[in-house]
Amino acid sequence: MAEVLVLVDHVDGACRKTTSELLTIARRLGEPSAVFVGSGFDAAKETLAAFGAEKVYRADAAALTDYLVVPQAELLAHLVEKVSPAAVLVASSAEGKEIAARLAVKIGSGLITDAVDVQSDGAGGVATTQTAFAGGYTVKATVTKGVPVIAVKPNSAAPEAVSGAAADEAVDFTPSALASGARISAVKPRERTGRPELTEAAIVVSGGRGTGGDFSKVEAFADSLGAAVGASRAAVDAGWYPHTSQVGQTGKQVSPQLYVACGISGAIQHRAGMQTSKTIIAINKDEEAPIFELVDFGVVGDLFNVLPQATSEVTARKG
Amino acid sequence: MNIVVCVKYVPDAQADRTFNASDNTTDRANVDGLLSELDEYAVEEALKIVEAGEGEVTVLTVGPDQASDAIKKALQMGADKGVHVNDDAIHGSDALATSLVLAEAIKKIGMPDLVVTGMASTDGTMGVVPIMLAERLGVPAVTFASELTVSGSGVSARRDGDAASLTIEAGLPALVSVTDQINEPRYPSFKGIMAAKKKPVENWTLADLGIDASAVGLGNAWTKVEAVAARPPRAVGTIVKDEGDGGAKLAGFLAERKFI
Repeated sequence: MAEVLVLVDHVDGACRKTTSELLTIARRLGEPSAVFVGSGFDAAKETLAAFGAEKVYRADAAALTDYLVVPQAELLAHLVEKVSPAAVLVASSAEGKEIAARLAVKIGSGLITDAVDVQSDGAGGVATTQTAFAGGYTVKATVTKGVPVIAVKPNSAAPEAVSGAAADEAVDFTPSALASGARISAVKPRERTGRPELTEAAIVVSGGRGTGGDFSKVEAFADSLGAAVGASRAAVDAGWYPHTSQVGQTGKQVSPQLYVACGISGAIQHRAGMQTSKTIIAINKDEEAPIFELVDFGVVGDLFNVLPQATSEVTARKG
Repeated sequence: MNIVVCVKYVPDAQADRTFNASDNTTDRANVDGLLSELDEYAVEEALKIVEAGEGEVTVLTVGPDQASDAIKKALQMGADKGVHVNDDAIHGSDALATSLVLAEAIKKIGMPDLVVTGMASTDGTMGVVPIMLAERLGVPAVTFASELTVSGSGVSARRDGDAASLTIEAGLPALVSVTDQINEPRYPSFKGIMAAKKKPVENWTLADLGIDASAVGLGNAWTKVEAVAARPPRAVGTIVKDEGDGGAKLAGFLAERKFI
């Protein structure tokens, strides 16, 4: 069975949830081989084995980790040539998509990003599903040339635990001079909120213009549900919440089990980021707000009254 | 400093965007189009850089006849000249082919100090053409810049990631893609609109770029859209007015759906 390369998405060996999802998808297409770049392999090995990685190619030279995108793309291109995989899977994050894009050009292969489902097409190829036009359409696609390179969105598969050998093989690899062309000269870590990652969370609670800049009620409700906190573009543009929390066309596209929009009118740019959520709830003072066209449950009212009551009710019910 | 800004003509996101039934490509004929909103930030950033020093801004697009509107808007904002690559054979091209055409056009214009793009188009939204273009041109890429400083020899940008905010530096020539956080695009002035009418726009075909038609277009794409389907409308939900019990009702709904 052909190998399927999975680029491990991790921070110092702590694998993001997408890694187990990608390994699960890889098993539909062939034999999963993880590609691990950077430090912390010992910490990651257990997770990779638990989700069925048979092999792990690893490289941790400083040259591979001090620069964005190019070294990983070159390493993957090197491995594609070496093992002729059935497909290459990466996480559809900003960086993952860029790695995939450079790889696709290097190896002359078709690229699909933002996949929400990936299956075998039954003929040795790969069939994917994406959404288009702000979630208004579902698109099914295939890769027609080269080794399919697919960037897969978080929450696109339920991780299935299957043990794999995770036999590791160090890859001796030196990136080209181009890799060092763009250099990371400073890193300013983000303050940790203790909340789940926006794109991976099962529940997202977002605030918009209606918060008037006070996110405390939104955050308290999110915390009662163990949810991530998002923000509309209006709230981000006003400087009330960081851009990295923006849900929408120019921010994050999320697809959680539950999305709660608080004081958000529901402009097309926002819908583009949340329309594919399984269940949608909105709280808005304006009963004409377009967000109500999308909801499973809506409350016409002031979020400063509704949220605190909902928060204490949720906390009480959870006991 | 000479800059090429790549822009895209896209269907208006406010309109009912759809696909052509015959070949599953984006319908660009029956939906009003315009310069992609996210490309306005790229045009603005290029204009600011040139205005602070010297040089000129060339705006480049690949697209059908109507795409000249995207160039016109950028010229009205203040860009100096335009290049429009327009060839029927390009119809249906994917990101790989589009980046190839853009790369060849930039080589023909003459490699500038900077290539500036938006972070993604508002129709395809993949956000990969900028990095593919850098790969094809063999220049460093500084992408998703939310703040940009340009000196005579290089660029420095702030890129906001999930875990950290990064400062990325690169020497020139380089490609930079900018986010909607970087600036506030200007509206064309009356003077700008009048001046744009006299600005030169070159029209090129694939033959002008030495690209064989077999390298681009729908039939030669690296990916194929097999089917498109409008998402079924969501079932009409329950909407209640808050009469002092809205929060409790909301919690009741969460319990009913087993979220708590």
